[in-house]
Amino acid sequence: MNAIYILWLRQLKRYFRSKSRMVGSLGQPILFLFALGFGMGPVYAKAGQGNYLQFLVPGVVSMGILFTAIFSGVEVIWDKQFGFLKETLVAPVSRLSIMFGRTLGGATVAVLQGCIVLVLSMLFGFRFPITALPMALVCMFFIALLFTALGTALASVLEDMQGFQLIMNFLVMPLFFLSGALFPINDNTPQVLKLITAFDPLAYGVDGLRDVLIGVTHFGLPLDMAVLSLVTVLFVVLGSYLFSKIQI
Amino acid sequence: MIPIISVTNLTKKFGDMTAVDGISFSVPTGGIFAFLGPNGAGKTTSIKMLTTLLAPTDGTIEIGGKSPQTDQDAVRRMFGIVFQDPSLDDELTAYENMEFHAVLYSVPVTLRKPRIEELMRFVDVWDRKDSLVKTFSGGMKRRLEIARGLLHHPQIFFLDEPTLGLDPQTRNHIWAYIQKLSKEEGITVFFTTHYMEEAQRVAQQVAIIDHGHIIATGTPQELMTKTKSASLEDAFLSLTGHEIREEEASSKDAMRNRRRMWHGGR
Repeated sequence: MNAIYILWLRQLKRYFRSKSRMVGSLGQPILFLFALGFGMGPVYAKAGQGNYLQFLVPGVVSMGILFTAIFSGVEVIWDKQFGFLKETLVAPVSRLSIMFGRTLGGATVAVLQGCIVLVLSMLFGFRFPITALPMALVCMFFIALLFTALGTALASVLEDMQGFQLIMNFLVMPLFFLSGALFPINDNTPQVLKLITAFDPLAYGVDGLRDVLIGVTHFGLPLDMAVLSLVTVLFVVLGSYLFSKIQI
Repeated sequence: MIPIISVTNLTKKFGDMTAVDGISFSVPTGGIFAFLGPNGAGKTTSIKMLTTLLAPTDGTIEIGGKSPQTDQDAVRRMFGIVFQDPSLDDELTAYENMEFHAVLYSVPVTLRKPRIEELMRFVDVWDRKDSLVKTFSGGMKRRLEIARGLLHHPQIFFLDEPTLGLDPQTRNHIWAYIQKLSKEEGITVFFTTHYMEEAQRVAQQVAIIDHGHIIATGTPQELMTKTKSASLEDAFLSLTGHEIREEEASSKDAMRNRRRMWHGGR
């Protein structure tokens, strides 16, 4: 239990100490809010869909969480290369606790990052009922946990950062762009796209968060939460398994 | 004397490459034991198996009567280790690195602070306790790692090339600490090094490994007598030959890394 706590704390300390990372990872969400939010807004309104910024924010918040979470998980590679992982692996602590501690820490950091994006988006004019906040945090935490576990699972099988670009381009980017974070999924969406979206776990995160924050949904919150929790459990189990198999 | 480490017929294969080939040796309790060998001889692989990081392909290891495979946590509590490469978290302070270790090894809360202070003073890094480790020099990091490895009162202290890349002053300092520890606290020290004069000066027992086999064991004096050499370095060269191994080892390492990157850590 103490081991989980100290590993969690370590992730938080690392996050708060690397200001450049914190600020750096806010650049992208801000760009999306500014360029897409304001740029696409008039077109979206003309199409009779209402306020695009309101629609976009849950997607961009999810994006912030996704990137931070995957990155936190992938940090295991750094620890492998810089040797710190060995220190934790020879300690009389189960691999499961190590994995849980790190993953919870990474997920907490990702939720914090999501909260910062949410607050920033209010400066751009985003509004949501404050009573929705607790449920929104639950959604955000699930997204964060899911993708931190996925990142950890990936990092467990990769030896160095050369594979990171591969993950970004062939996993993280498609996860984001095909999640419906930027466009609505409805009856007019091409079938192929709709089908792919149904297999993207982030789509359920974005949809759930959107339902909670602005009351717009495609899958419905119960399905969103069911899929999210199921996939999260799956990835945590997978991540724990692969992490326990690391040999250095 | 009852050995604290006994290794019988230990073998490790990576695919079709045999890194450690049926080695047997024992380390007496309380002594300083040097594990020597050229690059790629199997030293680090052996240490990884002794310290529960790698599973042997064959053979048995007993550490304080326990097996690193079946009794992992008991064995892990028994030893402290300084790895060949640095293993501190650069983004944490020196004190936080120590505290992290104390929590992982369940050092009781009330003992944590005094013990950390005692050890950090012992290796002369206490005045820098609140600095981030990334601001430390190589020698300071090494000293901090030594302090960290001792935090949970281990009975065995593994040091994998502890003085690599350090200046003579720091090296002397570090050996002085280690000899003091062995004498005063009765800790068994197991170390590897490429500096033969250090091994000759410090070690009570030596084992030389080459191409995955143990080719000689004994006190430094015994090895020198056996090979009619004036120093342990000459004895080492006469036993292992003058051929340079670096290239072979590093290309194998690179290959192993590449394979692991695609097929998972094996």
